[in-house]
Amino acid sequence: MTDMTQPTPVFVRTAPTPARAAPLAERRPLWHLLFGDMVSATMTLIGLLGLAWMLPHLLSWAVINGVWTGGGDECRQAGACWAFLAQKYPQILFGIYPPAEHWRPIAVCTLILGLGLWSLPPRNWTKLTLGLWVGGMLGSLVLMGGGVLGLKSVPTSAWGGLPVTLLLTVWSLGLGFPLAVLLALGRRASLPVPRYLSIGIIELIRGLPLLSLLFIASILLPIMLPDGVSIDKLARALAAMVLVSAAYIAEVLRGGLQAIPKGQTEAAEALGLNWAQTTRLIVLPQAIAKVIPPLTSTIIVMVKNTSLVLVVGLFDLLSAGRAALADPDWPAPFAETYLLIALIYFTICFSISRYARWLETRMSKGNRR
Amino acid sequence: MNAVELSRVNKWYGDFHVLRDVDLTVARGERIVICGPSGSGKSTLIRCINRLEEHQAGRIAVEGTELTGDARSVEAVRRRVGMVFQQFNLFPHLTILENCTLALTQVKRMPKAEAEEIAMAYLTRVRIPDQARKFPGQLSGGQQQRVAIARALSLSPEIMLFDEPTSALDMEMVKEVLDIMVELAGEGMTMLCVTHEMGFARQVADRVIFMDAGQIVEAAPPADFFTNPQHERTRTFLGQVLH
Repeated sequence: MTDMTQPTPVFVRTAPTPARAAPLAERRPLWHLLFGDMVSATMTLIGLLGLAWMLPHLLSWAVINGVWTGGGDECRQAGACWAFLAQKYPQILFGIYPPAEHWRPIAVCTLILGLGLWSLPPRNWTKLTLGLWVGGMLGSLVLMGGGVLGLKSVPTSAWGGLPVTLLLTVWSLGLGFPLAVLLALGRRASLPVPRYLSIGIIELIRGLPLLSLLFIASILLPIMLPDGVSIDKLARALAAMVLVSAAYIAEVLRGGLQAIPKGQTEAAEALGLNWAQTTRLIVLPQAIAKVIPPLTSTIIVMVKNTSLVLVVGLFDLLSAGRAALADPDWPAPFAETYLLIALIYFTICFSISRYARWLETRMSKGNRR
Repeated sequence: MNAVELSRVNKWYGDFHVLRDVDLTVARGERIVICGPSGSGKSTLIRCINRLEEHQAGRIAVEGTELTGDARSVEAVRRRVGMVFQQFNLFPHLTILENCTLALTQVKRMPKAEAEEIAMAYLTRVRIPDQARKFPGQLSGGQQQRVAIARALSLSPEIMLFDEPTSALDMEMVKEVLDIMVELAGEGMTMLCVTHEMGFARQVADRVIFMDAGQIVEAAPPADFFTNPQHERTRTFLGQVLH
């Protein structure tokens, strides 16, 4: 290149250095971690003291003094009243649904759980599965509502508990997701009408608390509708939840859409794919795969949001539990009931979270760039 | 009929006049290499030919079909034109085979088995049939670019556009891609190729085109182009790329 005088190298390596052994992971003993320095030791001690202080109380409440069998009178002591749950669980799980018909909500919950499990492996993501979901969800409504096929009619006001929570979740996500796709695509459209319409809808709905939307749906909507026209209360609450999940998921999807390189759509266009094919086959699958973590968070939030329908007088799992507590024969064991409900919510949400983690790793294995 | 005809094509990006009165006629079976400094409009020029970019004035016709705002004309042109990109632009969520069959099944409505047969034939031609079930991310850059060529060829285009196909590749992979392109040229494919690979231009081009500042400065067969460039700007450019 240039004509500078090169200094004579002092040392030139002639053979490669022998490879060193792979380094061992440094593992600090637990003892070291807990009592390694003054701060850790202090924190550990405080933690242990706190546990020592609380654990006996908890144990004596839950186990030693816990009441496992019997009725309301046995429960009027200090301990936990597990007997209440043992006896009242149908009411907590299914609300005021007629007890003789409890097989129907059980069937609905089993159906949703079964469909959910079936849909976990990506190889089952087929048109058949989609059809099963649509059929299953419509079937669930028929099964819950009755009035046909010799099933006793049960109005939605008598539906309650876990099936309502599950149905609201699945329906609000199932209707909300396609709407979210449209909103997200609309927001990125070059045409002004769909773009500003999408921005308007998303921002309006995200700017309102779900509670206020539920009130609007349950109180304002009937006033706005002409006389004689009425929409079921559960359907109105569902409409509010669909809008909310659509708006939030749309924003999550927008992030994924923005992350797709322009070359992807150009390659698809150059191959002759039209806009719909490019979006459906190239853009959306990649965009969704990129946003699995925030999408999971939104879905989990929506599962828990279903509990807010209690403010408009619907009986989801949480409000069915509260209703069961109202029995005067029992000393209203709030903590026990809430623990059971919390356990159910946690099981649902934690399963979704673990599944999403698994899916994310699986997706990233195939298509590293 | 000519494969590609451009007359007085103009394009602006905002205030930037990227193509200025470009006239170019490409005969069927002709191999054109387009070179020039970056920003000279050479990529934009070939991207206008399959309407990835829209020209604002002038006329572009491909195999007699004029590109207008009409979606059908764009569709008709893209059916006959294949394109290979600098960044390969394979679909990372699809396997190599699916990358090649996608347009066959979706655009040409071909049964899957038939599409796979065609795709495998082209993957064999670019010498990577054994990678068909892998994902793009598992292949080297050179392999990915060869898949991209196979993907474009699967649709049996009459014209192939190459937009700097070897610029994103490591040195040792350039040859494997160029070899495929030389083979393709030998089979009489109409090719427009934006590249700085002057050896490739010498070997296969019927005409080498030098662009600068949105204009075609010089167009000549490689023998004349490299030995006797007419314009000062061409000489300067060749002085920079040939050592």
